[in-house]
Amino acid sequence: MTAVSVDAKGDRVFAIALALAGWVIKFIAVVLVIATFNFILVHAAPGDPAQVIAGQSGASDEKLLAQLRAEYGLDKPYPIQLATYLKRVVTLDLGYSYRQQRTVASLILERLPATLLLTATAFSLALLSGIILGTLAGVRAGKWSDTVLTVVSLLLYATPVFWLGLMLVLLFSVQLDWLPAFGYVTIGVPMTALQRMVDIGWHLILPAVSLAAVYLAIYTRLMRSSVLDVTHQDFIKTAKAKGLKQGRIIIRHILRNAMLPIVTVAGMQAGALVGGAVVIETVFAWPGLGRLIYDALLQRDYPVLLGVFLVMSVIVIALNLLTDAIYRVIDPRVSVRAAS
Amino acid sequence: MSTLKSFLRHPTGMIGLIVLLAVVLLAVTAPWLFPDDPWDMVGAPFQPPFSEGLWLGSDMLGRDVAAGIAHGARISLIIGVISTLTSLVIGVTIGATAGYFGGKVDEVMMRITELFQTIPGFILAILLVATIGPKISNIIFAIGIVSWPPLARLTRAEFMRLRGREFVQAAVCQGQRPLTVVLRRILPNAISPIIVTGSLAVASAILIESALSFMGLGDPNLMSWGFMIGAARTVIRQAWWMSVFPGLAILLTVLAINLVGEGLNDTLNPRISRKR
Repeated sequence: MTAVSVDAKGDRVFAIALALAGWVIKFIAVVLVIATFNFILVHAAPGDPAQVIAGQSGASDEKLLAQLRAEYGLDKPYPIQLATYLKRVVTLDLGYSYRQQRTVASLILERLPATLLLTATAFSLALLSGIILGTLAGVRAGKWSDTVLTVVSLLLYATPVFWLGLMLVLLFSVQLDWLPAFGYVTIGVPMTALQRMVDIGWHLILPAVSLAAVYLAIYTRLMRSSVLDVTHQDFIKTAKAKGLKQGRIIIRHILRNAMLPIVTVAGMQAGALVGGAVVIETVFAWPGLGRLIYDALLQRDYPVLLGVFLVMSVIVIALNLLTDAIYRVIDPRVSVRAAS
Repeated sequence: MSTLKSFLRHPTGMIGLIVLLAVVLLAVTAPWLFPDDPWDMVGAPFQPPFSEGLWLGSDMLGRDVAAGIAHGARISLIIGVISTLTSLVIGVTIGATAGYFGGKVDEVMMRITELFQTIPGFILAILLVATIGPKISNIIFAIGIVSWPPLARLTRAEFMRLRGREFVQAAVCQGQRPLTVVLRRILPNAISPIIVTGSLAVASAILIESALSFMGLGDPNLMSWGFMIGAARTVIRQAWWMSVFPGLAILLTVLAINLVGEGLNDTLNPRISRKR
């Protein structure tokens, strides 16, 4: 746990290159595996794959079905079909929604900003507030803050995220009338760009808080115990003995080391957070990918479902990459690890 | 016996156990407490709580909210337990194989596990249920498929820890078959953390099930808590009780299971849990 500083710039560059290569490989692997998953799902669905791709609306159109069979090579053996499908995915061709009469890629692109805004806000909200609150609780560890934290996180951990969202709507929109209950932006009101941003931010509060709440509780609790762990280590005693100020010790020595496990956990939970976004978007009629999934479910629009699954997995990888980068920046030992 | 005794002395674990037993009792007695089909209209729609004969009110189709909660308890518990058993079978098999054999096998198994942890599990569950149909068995299967990675990781770590111990080595040297060594020598010694994690997995399975049925992917023939909240979502301004009570039922049940799990953790793995 000691922060040995090995000044080896070459090693650090090498480590970053290695990490990047690892991420590219991971990225390709995940995309290929998910595409394969999607392929299997289309074939596992009851009925003719061409009908599944066409969706309910196109299933009765014989001409369309014949065209789809030719396009996807559905009369050819499975390995060739899979190869055709993977080739389409790699060239960003996610298929066509016959229900919506648009390409899946354009549908997703249109909804992507809202989902990115929601997940990124919730993720940073949970991570930043968790680290700050956890540090405060850890530095002044006492029975009182400990009990409150434990109870709150136990409760939030047991609360379904969609229900928490509804309860917040009930309190802050229906009862108090402070915040908008649903939507992305107020419709039908002419606004300047700045007003529009403020309005979106206003709409973002409830969904982002509901999505972040449980992770916020987990990270606060983790950060608290991590801070307590680090505080008892020898290098903190050394820092104290050197006569460093309390604030400097907390920020430079305790925080930096104590944050590491929280960042790791946050990376591991990125998948759950993105899954939660689907439910939250349904609750708040937030016009993102989750809402797109919900509508596609009602219409059994498979090309859309499969495309969104792929894109959301890519978002998870991006969040993983982000936490990995944060870890590398704050980990005082990273150059040593590269050398060994 | 001493384990049981120390669990009985664990305050929050006991609270959890009592609440959980109450939910189980409610689930078991639902057909007698509310003999009518929970889908049937029993009164006027939009009746607030404590109305005549409807102490938790009625929903927008005049169905009894209390009856829905009692019958929903059965579904939640059944799906929670069986899907956890499914993920236990998958997770323990993969984790045990990886931890016992190590090397290349371990590498491959852990890559698969990592991949499943990267994929947003809830969306995969949605896709699976949407594809193979919203039947209770399919929902159980889908939840099992997305919940096994933590169990696999835990089992692998336990097996790697025990693999090099003398009593395991002795069994291997005696020429016992790998399956015998795994099932009779290692697994019994690794079982307590697996039980703890498994009990917590029941809680998260119930949460996944509620979210699935909230999204309209529950079994259309079975009343469930998530479905009740999803159906009442649009009328929350007029009728808070339709979504508040089923949500409280989920919250209480999941909380109780988590408390029991933590209590089990403290009594079964005292050295690990007493670290802080």
